[in-house]
Amino acid sequence: MRVRRLAAWTALPLAVTLGLAACGSGGDGGSGGSTSSAVSIQIGEPKHLVPTNTAETNGAQVLAGLFTPLVDYDAQNKPFEVAAQSVTSSDNKVWTIKLKDGYTFHNGEKVTAEDYINAWNYGAYAPNGQDSSFFFEKIAGYADLQGEKPKAKEMSGLKKVDDLTFTVTLSDPYIDFRTMLGYNAYLPMPDAAFSAPGVLKDSYEQAPIGQGPFKMKGTWQHDSKINVERYDAYPGEKPKVKEIEFRIYQQLTAAYADVLADNLDVLPILPTESLSSAPTDLGDRYKTSPMSSFQFLAFPTFDKNFANPDVRKAISMAIDRDEITKSVFKGSQTPARSFVSPVLPGYRENTTGKAGEFNPTEAKKLYQAAGGPSKILISYNGDGGHKDWVDATVNQLKANLGVDAVGVAEPKFADLLTKVKAKQPVGAFRLGWVMDYPSMEDYLGPLYSTNGSSNYYGYSNPEFDKLVKEGSAAKTQAEAIAKYQQAEDILAKDMPTIPLRFGQNVFGHSTKVKNVEMDLFQRVNLIKIEAAS
Amino acid sequence: MFRYILRRLLQMVLAFFGTTLIVYALMFAGQGDPIQALAGERPVTAAQRAYLTEKYHLDATGVGGFFYRYFDYVKSLLQGDLGQSLTGRQIGDILQAAWPVTVKLALIALAVAIIFGVTAGVVAGIRRASIFDNSTLVLTLLVLGIPTIVLAPLAQYLLGVKWQLFPPTAGSQPTFYALLLPGIVLGSLSLATALRLTRTSVAENLRADYVRTARSKGLVKRRIVTVHVLRNSLIPVVTFLGVELGNLMSGAIITEGVFNIPGVGFNLFRGIRTEDGPLVVGIVSVLVVVYLVSNLVVDVLYAVLDPRIRYE
Repeated sequence: MRVRRLAAWTALPLAVTLGLAACGSGGDGGSGGSTSSAVSIQIGEPKHLVPTNTAETNGAQVLAGLFTPLVDYDAQNKPFEVAAQSVTSSDNKVWTIKLKDGYTFHNGEKVTAEDYINAWNYGAYAPNGQDSSFFFEKIAGYADLQGEKPKAKEMSGLKKVDDLTFTVTLSDPYIDFRTMLGYNAYLPMPDAAFSAPGVLKDSYEQAPIGQGPFKMKGTWQHDSKINVERYDAYPGEKPKVKEIEFRIYQQLTAAYADVLADNLDVLPILPTESLSSAPTDLGDRYKTSPMSSFQFLAFPTFDKNFANPDVRKAISMAIDRDEITKSVFKGSQTPARSFVSPVLPGYRENTTGKAGEFNPTEAKKLYQAAGGPSKILISYNGDGGHKDWVDATVNQLKANLGVDAVGVAEPKFADLLTKVKAKQPVGAFRLGWVMDYPSMEDYLGPLYSTNGSSNYYGYSNPEFDKLVKEGSAAKTQAEAIAKYQQAEDILAKDMPTIPLRFGQNVFGHSTKVKNVEMDLFQRVNLIKIEAAS
Repeated sequence: MFRYILRRLLQMVLAFFGTTLIVYALMFAGQGDPIQALAGERPVTAAQRAYLTEKYHLDATGVGGFFYRYFDYVKSLLQGDLGQSLTGRQIGDILQAAWPVTVKLALIALAVAIIFGVTAGVVAGIRRASIFDNSTLVLTLLVLGIPTIVLAPLAQYLLGVKWQLFPPTAGSQPTFYALLLPGIVLGSLSLATALRLTRTSVAENLRADYVRTARSKGLVKRRIVTVHVLRNSLIPVVTFLGVELGNLMSGAIITEGVFNIPGVGFNLFRGIRTEDGPLVVGIVSVLVVVYLVSNLVVDVLYAVLDPRIRYE
């Protein structure tokens, strides 16, 4: 008797295992490789899928399939109309947006001017807590929607003219407003998304209804995947694939293993660990393309050690950017010697001039003459894979300037910012920037103007502020760029930050797809991608 | 027996409150600026800050604020509401989606440990100092010596990518086959320990008086081993496997990450990485219950295996 009971105890877990496993195989077998028609693309779990609440790449990648923006960017990164028929203004203050006829939402609703106005008002209304709400701050009446108990629910600057036309009045003239409209905060949402005016349905995010080339197939399966299929009534350029599976991964290394085994089709970012082996592993399926990211070192203005611009220039000259991009980043990033990204109209090479060139002897002379500190700290966030290049930079400073230099890791970016805000001695610290839309202003304004949203180091130069403002208010693009370039020249003189590197898309794909292209925003081009036959 | 279980259940209530309090305190004490952490490297506007502060009760500060939040949390927890993660998803839903795959993985790992570990342990115990015994010793030492963080990617690369015997990752609705490789990797550590435990225990029991008696009675060797020795030797192994089951249920952070299995460990890791306090505390609260229950089951199992153990 007892023996049999014992056997039962050991048999139990086994039986349960097999039973459960049997249940598992009843599923759609999502893991066993993509089905022949669906192309799979790696993403991380998006935070949100509401256009005005999606400020990270994962969500943006999915939205790029579900929605079509008003404008998109051509090969020179100049905007051209897509969902819009025309975006015009005579004074850069009152903009008239005419929509193309024929666009419908995936539920059949016709896209109208109201769908844009409703979505934008929802995004700007502070109590909704939308991540991209600050994108609307240039529109007149934005301030009335802020605070805990806002005065208004709708921005006074948005006016419907007819079903396919609306006007946007800005509080100040802004020449790049048309360029801005390519960002996903400016997408429309259908009536079906709202349960009452200004109240978004909770369920909308689980299966967003857009007006783009793809529509949702089923709902967002958290931590697992998001499937979209071709929307046949889409009036624009039709995608070449019928179905796309955005497969959610937590670790890039896992996704990389899947690409090697042809189990995943596109990996938009290769894991750092695999950068050196990837070109041989993937052969001609290892690709790079331009991207807008920009890495730099900032010097807090409260730290008197770095107050002299010559000290900052000397540090810049003591850093061998070519060496670091080659040895640490294996060529996946490129050295930066300007304050704006090369992808922008108006970019000029080497605006930092001599300060951007590697010259250890000059650097040491200048550093000593300017009375630089004998110890340099470089703070960084330890969770972002920055240790290697900071260590390399620190070693170069030690060798080339004859000073003591240390890299200090803070656990999170938020911890680093807290310390900077509390004016604690962090030394120099690393920052990165990715543009939201291709305009020089998107670099110069937030990063260096006195009230810039990401100017954590407190740089302030009235002349610079004035030039950026004049650029934004300029009548023509050429005029604007000229002003922006003058502003950049001031940066080169003051050197508030040291440009280090520009990023690139470094991506790979399986043997089952071809024509894989990525845009400046780290998104895969879903229209062009094709199955390799 | 019934009174014993009841007493243990009452103790569990206390242990549950104690552990959740500690976890809750640790998670929120070590947090820098949760709102900035939420926003990543982007600037946070004042409006957004106000919205998030109110939503997550971050307004009350200090000890008072802590207990205010803790009791608020426990209250909804007792009503079966685990709360919302910082990304606005119900933690109950997250766990519901994560648990089945973790349980499957744990059971495969456990089955691997039992089938291979215990069998090989018995054989090694009977044939002490044989080639089999020595080679398993070396192998188990090797497995115990290699951390999962090395073993898992290595197995994935060799068996999944290079020779393509298994799919390299499992995904969210994996087939049994896709889970096999992660299961074996996960189980290999328990396998090694189970093997060593069984071997020692069998070897010891083979020299016991009752075995000599049985042998002199003229019983066949197979019967001595399967009925007498095995039953007595399994007590320490069952203890170990019971605790191990609790461990495995809590999800294997590394293995689930490497093989992209969105189970409990996967979510726990994400919670920790993104400083998602509510998510971490929610998962850990449930894990505490899992541990407590699996320990209770192990203790009750003792009585089944060994009649000398009686619970009053």
